[in-house]
Amino acid sequence: MKNTLKQVFRSANFRIGFIIIVLILLLITIYPIFSPGNPLQMIGYDSFIPPGLYVSLYDSLDVPRIYTLRLEGADQIRIYAKLRPTDRELIRDWLLLYSEYNEVFELRKEDINLEDTEALLGLWWTYFDPEIRFENLTIAERRAFARLDTRIDGIFDLYDKYIWTYNPETGEQELVGSVTNLAYINVSDVTNVRLLPLGTDNFGRDMFKQLVSAITTSLAIGLIAGLIATMIGLVLGLLSGYLSGFVDDVIMFFTNLFTVIPGIVLLILISYSIGQEQRGPATVAIVIGLTSWVWTTRSVRAQVLSLRNRDHVNLSKLSGHSLPRIVIKDILPYIASYVVMAFILQVSSAILAEAGLSMLGLGPRTTETATLGLMMNWAMRYTAHLSGAWWAYYPVILVIALISFALNLINTGLDRVFNPQLRD
Amino acid sequence: MSEREICLSGTGVSKVFGFGNRKTVAVDNVDFNFYSGELVSIVGESGSGKTTLIKMLLGLTSVTEGEIQFLGKKRDIRTRSKKKEYWKDIQAIFQDPFSSYNIFSKIDSVLLDCIHMRGGRMLPKAKKIEMMEEACRFVNLKYAEMTNKYPFELSGGQMQRLMIARIFLLRPKILLADEPTSMIDACSRATILDMLLNLRNETGMTIIFITHDMGLAYYISDTVYIMERGKIVEFGSADEVILNPQADYTKRLLSDVPKIHEPWEFSKRNQTPPPQTPVEA
Amino acid sequence: MSKIMLEVNGLTTKYITRYNESVYAVNDVSFQVEEGKSVGIAGESGCGKSTLALSLMGYYFPPLHYTKGDIIIDGRNISGMDPDDVRKNILGTEIAYIPQAAMNALNPTRKVIRFIEDVIWAHDPKISKKDIHDLARERFETLNLPEDTLNKYPVELSGGMKQRTVISISTILSPKVLIADEPSSALDVTSQKMVIKMIHDLMELGYIKSMIFITHELPLLYNVTDDIMVMYAGQIVERGSADQMIFDPIHPYSKGLMGSILVPEDGTRDVKITAIPGTPPNLKKPPDGCRFAERCQYVKSQCRVQNMELAGLGNGRTSRCMMSEEELREAYKNE
Repeated sequence: MKNTLKQVFRSANFRIGFIIIVLILLLITIYPIFSPGNPLQMIGYDSFIPPGLYVSLYDSLDVPRIYTLRLEGADQIRIYAKLRPTDRELIRDWLLLYSEYNEVFELRKEDINLEDTEALLGLWWTYFDPEIRFENLTIAERRAFARLDTRIDGIFDLYDKYIWTYNPETGEQELVGSVTNLAYINVSDVTNVRLLPLGTDNFGRDMFKQLVSAITTSLAIGLIAGLIATMIGLVLGLLSGYLSGFVDDVIMFFTNLFTVIPGIVLLILISYSIGQEQRGPATVAIVIGLTSWVWTTRSVRAQVLSLRNRDHVNLSKLSGHSLPRIVIKDILPYIASYVVMAFILQVSSAILAEAGLSMLGLGPRTTETATLGLMMNWAMRYTAHLSGAWWAYYPVILVIALISFALNLINTGLDRVFNPQLRD
Repeated sequence: MSEREICLSGTGVSKVFGFGNRKTVAVDNVDFNFYSGELVSIVGESGSGKTTLIKMLLGLTSVTEGEIQFLGKKRDIRTRSKKKEYWKDIQAIFQDPFSSYNIFSKIDSVLLDCIHMRGGRMLPKAKKIEMMEEACRFVNLKYAEMTNKYPFELSGGQMQRLMIARIFLLRPKILLADEPTSMIDACSRATILDMLLNLRNETGMTIIFITHDMGLAYYISDTVYIMERGKIVEFGSADEVILNPQADYTKRLLSDVPKIHEPWEFSKRNQTPPPQTPVEA
Repeated sequence: MSKIMLEVNGLTTKYITRYNESVYAVNDVSFQVEEGKSVGIAGESGCGKSTLALSLMGYYFPPLHYTKGDIIIDGRNISGMDPDDVRKNILGTEIAYIPQAAMNALNPTRKVIRFIEDVIWAHDPKISKKDIHDLARERFETLNLPEDTLNKYPVELSGGMKQRTVISISTILSPKVLIADEPSSALDVTSQKMVIKMIHDLMELGYIKSMIFITHELPLLYNVTDDIMVMYAGQIVERGSADQMIFDPIHPYSKGLMGSILVPEDGTRDVKITAIPGTPPNLKKPPDGCRFAERCQYVKSQCRVQNMELAGLGNGRTSRCMMSEEELREAYKNE
């Protein structure tokens, strides 16, 4: 036993898969302790908030101390940040139009470096002239250039910002303080700071928290479905293989029936007929389990058929042992390793099946729990890909891939040890 | 001859696998009489149906046609309890010692099962151990070394000897030995054969020995049955069958087996007859 | 004295197990095979006879590793050669190897003639298809194999036919040494006889110059080979002519082995067969001194200390035992 474990861990495949699964399990057990609360709570009023550290602007005005720091290059960074990418493109467009219009001025598109704020502004101030009326330019476009010009003028404003507050006693606005461009605050002084590692989804729910809870649910669905499928497969396979005759014929009839009907079709039909309101994660797990036992049955049966004629089974019969005892003590141990491997594959495929079903909108009912499939479904339904909100679907895809990858690695690792044909 | 008592016999015994076009007749209308206390060999090549015959005699597969009589009465093993009773009288040793054991249970359980089967479930533990020690001593194994071990920790010869110890504890009336020596080395073969013969001398049990080795069958048995494709083509005392075969099949088989004293068809030794002074005393 | 076809000097090879332990399955083996002669190797399972056969090919793949020693075929030393070189230039032309399950090596989807083409083209790609077919047809005819076998698929052949076909394929290039490792053990006696006849023909017709035949069936070995070597625990313990070895073994181990022969002949029932007690030593840590000492009934205290070499006994025989021939004969007589 100890030797077998040693051999299992010798396999690099198994080690990698095992480490990934352990890390995922650690994440889903530890994270909820540090970040309790309902993972589906809507915390954002906007949809698809990008990942990042969120600092309360309101609270930052009440920090106990404001620091004055004269940091080198701070102004350049500020100006650079104020000139947004769309503005830079507008400047370039103007310059290109101007070079076409003016015979002396030559400028090619490749020569303009959009990142070089100083050069861009220099060119703008030299060549921009609101009086020039290019052909083929709509009024709206001309006005956009004019608006850009005023905006650029304001870029260099380095005036102090003033903070006013409403005094309920006098009913007037009062000046409470000013902020210079050298004022800094320490983030740890701000009372309300929230890290959103994966931003929020369209409902404004914390994606990371939701993801952790979805992994938990999906793993549970996988385990339950895998357990159900393996148990059905094991019992039917043992009965069919060992008893043979009529029992075998009946079981194989149903097994063949289920083999020819594609599992996904069955899954869709059953899920659809149950109805959205009745489908909890447990129901979905049971449905998946009930439709995926076929291959386990077939392979367990094949293994039992070859074991049944082994001499040790005959000897056990000759020793007067009863049928359940023979099945449990003389046959089951021989196929145990195989069944464990089949179970791991079942778990992995059940997680994928859940994701597929939920993508189609046939997963567990929404609003109560998140599953990996549901998260994909939401991202798709609320067009996260069009909003450029990669954080709403890429992490989910990655996690699904990682889990099934790890489980498959564990399976091949075990196979290397238990399958004599692959043993090296 | 008259005092010899028939302990197992069969008339018209057949076994057919499959049906219709895929029908194969493994054992074809076979008659036999095995006498008490005798050592019978059933000799045949692979595919001759000898293992199927053994399985039918053991009651592990059904008999398609014909009747098997046990101790003069029609054999009745239709219920589980009757089968259990039957198996107290008829036991087997199989060909491959490596597949005869459940590799997940310890060796002790094999011997313990035998004691339980003989109604010794209620015996005190010390008595059971004493019985197991005796059985191990009979096959020249040390019980202390066997206990708490798994089958794969033993050599093939030791495993097969333990199978004989099992028979020693069970003391059936009939022992079916299905090529018990074909998977083990020639040097340990003599030990196994000696133990089987001792067992017979001690308990008077009937041994039905299955083999494909003519030399072995001739050496060990009183009576030899030759099987070819499910049929018994010849039977009689070992000397009659081996030294003076009548059936063509037996003759061919005997002429094909390489020999050392008599000439063999494609032998290098044909030109120079061997010295007629064997050293063995 | 005729030409020496195969000479092996101090060949040692080992298996390296998964736990990185070395098992010296062939330990310091030296022998010679002359042209036109066949040598048989006998011994219990696990004594290293099959490993010796593999080692003689000079084509090593893990877990088997070459350690030391020379294999000289017709004056050409092949030990330590590059495996690729061995495969291209040695296997097939110098040495052919037939394992026990050779008949299962044929790809069931290809006709027999394709395997012959493969073998020949692997050594000389320029030979035309017609020449190959002519050669194959001629060879099959002289070996009494039906000619239409060439155009059959392996699945259409019976076990014995398959084995004979494989033997003729692997000897198509007339190798100098044929190594047959239990070529007939999986077959029934009638097919076995045909295989032996074929090997006999190959030798007679000069398609193979010499042969090493490995089997645990002593009566068969007696009828097939000129000389017999007995192996024990990776070493050769005795060598002599077949007659000498079967009827007059000197080494106590050979003596025990020959005492277990059973043949369906008059007189078999009168002699009690003997057994050698105990089991062979563990080759991971072989005992000091004589490796058979543990199981030998004539053992002396010195046997467990002193390492014996193969010593000549005259008459072309060699044996590896502390006791002299006379002492042993005396001991056997007193039994």
